[in-house]
Amino acid sequence: MTAAALPLVEQFSYGLDAPICLTWELTYACNLSCVHCLSSSGRRDPRELGTAECRAVIDELQRMQVFYVNIGGGEPTVRPDFWDLLDYATGHDVGVKFSTNGVRITPRAARRLAASDYVDVQISLDGATAQVNDAVRGPGSYGTALRAMANLAEAGFTGFKISVVMTRHNASQLGEFKALADSFGAQLRLTRLRPSGRGAGVWDELHLTAGQQRQLYDWLAAHGSSVLTGDSFFHLSGYGAALPGLNLCGAGRVVCLIDPVGDVYACPFAIHPAFLAGNVRDPGGFTRVWRESELFGGLRQPQSGGACESCAAYRSCRGGCMAAKFFTGLPLDGPDPECVQGHGERALATADTAAAPRPAGDHSHRTRRAPVPVELSRRRPAGLASAGHPPVSACNPDPLAGFTPPGR
Amino acid sequence: MACAASTDLAGAAFDLDAAWRLAPQVQVRPERFGALLYHFGTRQLSFLNSPALLAVVSSLATQPSARAACAAAAVPDAELARYGRALGTLAASQMICRRDPV
Amino acid sequence: MADHPAAQLADEAAHDAAGLDGPGRADVVADEVLVEEVSIDGMCGVY
Repeated sequence: MTAAALPLVEQFSYGLDAPICLTWELTYACNLSCVHCLSSSGRRDPRELGTAECRAVIDELQRMQVFYVNIGGGEPTVRPDFWDLLDYATGHDVGVKFSTNGVRITPRAARRLAASDYVDVQISLDGATAQVNDAVRGPGSYGTALRAMANLAEAGFTGFKISVVMTRHNASQLGEFKALADSFGAQLRLTRLRPSGRGAGVWDELHLTAGQQRQLYDWLAAHGSSVLTGDSFFHLSGYGAALPGLNLCGAGRVVCLIDPVGDVYACPFAIHPAFLAGNVRDPGGFTRVWRESELFGGLRQPQSGGACESCAAYRSCRGGCMAAKFFTGLPLDGPDPECVQGHGERALATADTAAAPRPAGDHSHRTRRAPVPVELSRRRPAGLASAGHPPVSACNPDPLAGFTPPGR
Repeated sequence: MACAASTDLAGAAFDLDAAWRLAPQVQVRPERFGALLYHFGTRQLSFLNSPALLAVVSSLATQPSARAACAAAAVPDAELARYGRALGTLAASQMICRRDPV
Repeated sequence: MADHPAAQLADEAAHDAAGLDGPGRADVVADEVLVEEVSIDGMCGVY
């Protein structure tokens, strides 16, 4: 009689000999300055791993039998050796899925990609219209992405992914995103905004409202596996039936990040010393960090759900996203800030959010290239008289400027 | 050694006496609990929660039948139906496929 | 894999009957733990 196997969740909780979904940010350099960038990218870090060092990492991944590596950045294609490294990986049994804003996906590049069986491409897009997208990703970024998609489709590369970070301003565009993906024979992926990197500064104003979360959950449930989420919304499983996927935090257990300077973090959304496990330049390389680091060893112990364990939804939501809790200043053994039961919102109300950890390392472009999110509205705030009344300038010294006594 | 022409396996019981093999685009990684299988075509991941099942799957291509592979892996007769169902799951998700015997 | 909430609930009922843990494991074949299949397109939605 064979011994009963552990449930899958527990298998993962104790760690694997090699990561399954390893993320490798190749560079902090980027031609864009997206307001929510999880890695605060823009300027290249001079300590970046060189080509030979990158090949050595790929050699390690091959020995560990990593199935595929998720490559991103910054914008990975701005590295001059990007295509060489791509070929090196696929030539050494390591599949590649890379994420790009499309800037270097020319027709020629698209044809090269279409010819490979072991490369997946993902184009980032955060609005179904240029207006919504460019407010987050910068002027012209929508056009760049659409051109890249057209080039891929033209080259016969169907099945590429369009990856969208869900925000308050694109939440109403779900149908349009799906139609866009369908028009290219592409797969739509929706991912969760987290308060990581530059995202920390815009999270309050960009994260989904409770109502939008519910709508998203219903929409995802209706679309099943035709829309991917990469397990990004497992905290929504607290609403009821779980969405497809593992539905648990894989940080340090199933996934981790290798950053452009070789630092190994538990998760791409947790670039902070608290989640730094080691560096691939250390003796033993990435292999030793993955298998022996103290940080990962700790994450592979059974985690306490704390107060959440008594909640009926805990079996489904598993307490939500570790990075979301960390960067909003919430305890890791408590509710996710966007807990669907509202426990997170209540916790935030009493938490000292000003003392929340700050993202480590800022590689943002120094000159202000990022667009300032501005909402233009014709709606006047209550209290002002007619439509002809101009908005009150912040420089107006009159303390009663704009004040309308009640009853008028 | 290519896969034999695919047949519709939905609902059909797994044929233990046929010759099978791992699909060409599948990579296997042994793990503490058994193994991980990743299909580069379907992007699907399968978990084999038993080292014995890993041994069966790994030897399919060199055994005349799945039944023989189970015997070689010392799978008890009482477990054969259960292993057959597991292999059926793998066949349905294209992780393993029929091969022409010989 | 269950695409529809109703189908998912039916799967869950089968799991509960078999005594298996985890309401989200819609991919687990009822009464069988030798093979579990998951569609992993990337953890945490990064890539």
